[in-house]
Amino acid sequence: MWLELENVVRRFGERSAVNGLSMRLAKGSIGCLLGPSGCGKTTALRCIAGFEAVDAGVIRAHGRVLASQDFHSPPESRQIGMVFQDYALFPHLTVLDNVAFGLHRLERSKRRRRAEEILDTVGLAEHRSHYPHQLSGGQQQRVALARALAPEPQIVLLDEPFSSLDVELRERLSLEVRSVLKALDTTALLVTHDQQEAFAVADVVGVMKDGRLEQWDTPYQLYHRPETRFVADFIGQGVFIPGEVVAAGSVRTELGVVRANGNGKWQSGRPVDLLLRPDDVIHDDASTLRAEVCQRAFRGAEFLYTLKLASGVQLLSLVPSHHDHAVGEHIGIRIEPDHVVAFPRD
Amino acid sequence: MSAAVVQPETRRAWRDPLSVALAVVLCLPALVPLLVIAHASLSPEAEVWAHLSRYVLPEVTVNTIKLLIGVALLSGIVGTALAWLTSICEFPGRRFFDWALLLPLAIPTYVLAFVAVGFLDFAGPLQTWLRAWTGTSAWVPKIRSTGGVIVVLALALYPYVYLLARTAFLTQGRRALEAAQTLGYGRAAATWKVALPMARPWIAAGIALVCMETLADFGAVSVFNYNTFTTAIYRAWFGMFSVSAALELAGVLLLFVIAAFAFERSSRAGARFASGRDVTRAATRLQLGPVGRWGAFAGAALVLALAFVLPLLQLLIWSAKNVSDIDSRYWGFIARSLILAGSAAVVIVLAGLALAYIERRRSSTSMRLLVRLATLGYAIPGTVLAVGIAVPLVLLNNQLQGWLRAWMGESAPVLLLQGTLLAVLIAYLARFLTVGFNPIESGLQRVTRSIDEAAASLGVVGTELIRKVHVPLLRTSLATAATLVFVDVMKEMPITLITRPPGWDTLAVRVWEMTSEGEWERAALPAVAIVLVGLIPAALLTRRGAHVA
Repeated sequence: MWLELENVVRRFGERSAVNGLSMRLAKGSIGCLLGPSGCGKTTALRCIAGFEAVDAGVIRAHGRVLASQDFHSPPESRQIGMVFQDYALFPHLTVLDNVAFGLHRLERSKRRRRAEEILDTVGLAEHRSHYPHQLSGGQQQRVALARALAPEPQIVLLDEPFSSLDVELRERLSLEVRSVLKALDTTALLVTHDQQEAFAVADVVGVMKDGRLEQWDTPYQLYHRPETRFVADFIGQGVFIPGEVVAAGSVRTELGVVRANGNGKWQSGRPVDLLLRPDDVIHDDASTLRAEVCQRAFRGAEFLYTLKLASGVQLLSLVPSHHDHAVGEHIGIRIEPDHVVAFPRD
Repeated sequence: MSAAVVQPETRRAWRDPLSVALAVVLCLPALVPLLVIAHASLSPEAEVWAHLSRYVLPEVTVNTIKLLIGVALLSGIVGTALAWLTSICEFPGRRFFDWALLLPLAIPTYVLAFVAVGFLDFAGPLQTWLRAWTGTSAWVPKIRSTGGVIVVLALALYPYVYLLARTAFLTQGRRALEAAQTLGYGRAAATWKVALPMARPWIAAGIALVCMETLADFGAVSVFNYNTFTTAIYRAWFGMFSVSAALELAGVLLLFVIAAFAFERSSRAGARFASGRDVTRAATRLQLGPVGRWGAFAGAALVLALAFVLPLLQLLIWSAKNVSDIDSRYWGFIARSLILAGSAAVVIVLAGLALAYIERRRSSTSMRLLVRLATLGYAIPGTVLAVGIAVPLVLLNNQLQGWLRAWMGESAPVLLLQGTLLAVLIAYLARFLTVGFNPIESGLQRVTRSIDEAAASLGVVGTELIRKVHVPLLRTSLATAATLVFVDVMKEMPITLITRPPGWDTLAVRVWEMTSEGEWERAALPAVAIVLVGLIPAALLTRRGAHVA
């Protein structure tokens, strides 16, 4: 494993910002720590970079211990690159000098060549003699990435790298960053609170809560196979409806028995909450199951309807946008989940 | 869009020639002296110029350059080092030194100068004591020397560099240093490669301010008998009674000032980058080793002791010995200082308020230029302004007198415009309008256009808007402006000395009289009053500084 965290703990006074975090990242893959603000993701990143000490646990890179309870390798000797949230470009240096800044071990001519090469990779070759304040936000971001990548670090860390960009740019740049990282076969770890961003950039995403990982998985699995109620809530949309396990992969609810793959670990008769994503609830005029439209949100290609069942339980349903129903109308629905995701009711 | 929102826009575009006229008038006090001096310098009297360039200029120019280089270097090093220690590092007493190192701002250069000379001179307490105990004091370096002036001015002026460098270090935040660390630099290397270069524009601006103060200094160099342009102008004015010599010297001094001013402007232009989002937290301060910690403590303590604590103690001791000087004359000095400072504060705050409103209403390029011109006076040394205002006033006076004579004949009253408080106040206005204008302007900037528009949408406009919204919002800015002007006028020496009406001796004038006779101990009593008043803006500054930290 290229990057390895084992039960890492970081306390600030009484509070544990990172509380037993463990994860592993393979060489060349892009990981992401995703979570709401205050979940400890940035602290985790700063522990890996070496700006924060570790109170317990071990951080290893390529088998070498970077930090443990009684060892702290200083940031400058870790060979870990970092892209800061505000980029932290050096305002007194040109773009080229910013990128060459970390190449002080190379001789002068090589330094320049390497800096130009990496600027070329991020598509900023023609801006090399500009100063950071002359660049747009997106360009500054790419300079920051180039500067972090130039010394060929073992790992690159990205702290909310797109948060200061506007939405359109964010989407485009996240794809660009991914392709640059992949082209250079870089191992990278990103931190964000935005799941679109996480899904767009990362191969593996870890959802964090209260300083530890809830689930470390591919974006697809996180959405369709959330392991905890928090992950199910945090990722995507959906509602929980009450039900009872009848057999492996079958839950009886007021909508009838819902059958799908998986989730066979509950005993029959166990009361559970069943997760229904908006794409699990399908609009079907032929269905006898009716629900009342109580809210509608037009999203272009589709409507997101909030539906109310006779019992008062609410559902979300994603419906192609030519099915235009007014609030108060009753429409037919059918439940068709890929996977049954249910959590025991307390 | 409602009419209330659109209206101010259209109004700004074409109305009020009155405010343009007012802005032009407010420019005159700073502009006229410059024009008078430029005119005199471009058409010099050959004889005077020959005398000056032979006997005065060489010495004065060399002295000024030596002084500038020495003070700039010393105050730059001391100010930057202390700012770096208090804003980046951790050492015993750091929180105290953080604000206390600004206290020397309260002591005018001339006070520090006479205390230093009085204490260290041959007849001073130190050498007397040394002779009594060791038999000799010959090894004590001569205080009245180039080195002596440089050290004293640097100790008095380093807070300018300290203040700006501190702001730079605090606002550049940790990120840049951390970025350098991820790129393989240790903290010490990162300081040299990143923190210092990033702070350079601020440090340079601070040093430029120090240079401008050094060029303007009159009191301290007089105490040291160190001849510079300001003392030469004063001597030309009062000793040689040569107006043209004074004006020509002022012209050359202005060239130096313009150079320093340009340097300051260009360095400020470079100082636009600041992230400011991540102020250095205590946990991330650089932890110095035991030697470093106590070295930092000793350095900061030494500077504070030399620049503030010891001089103040000496002043108090000397004052106590001369309490008997407090008589009706002494109260007169105080009263005249208060009257001058008070009326200057009122005049300047009103002028600053007018200027700030004009700028807000019509922020065109030409209007901004007028504002720049009106507030230029702070860069012009007091001696230069005083001479440049007295000369045209005399001309104006004679002209008016001629008209009066022609009209009323022999019974016409004798006019003496140049020797009235009017001249003093005009000169103060020229010199200190910036001091009053800056806080008012920044206060008014906080009253955004949308606040006006919000008030207008609620039906509050015109004078009601000013009374209900602007005045409450501007109250502290106006108080700050008035205080700063008041204190600066209290400390001011050369303008008062040159333009005051006969008999109008103030505390600062009294200090000058005593020090020019070498009566250091008797100069202490009026100086203490000035220093105590001077503590007010220092306190304001430290309070504001506390917000930054």
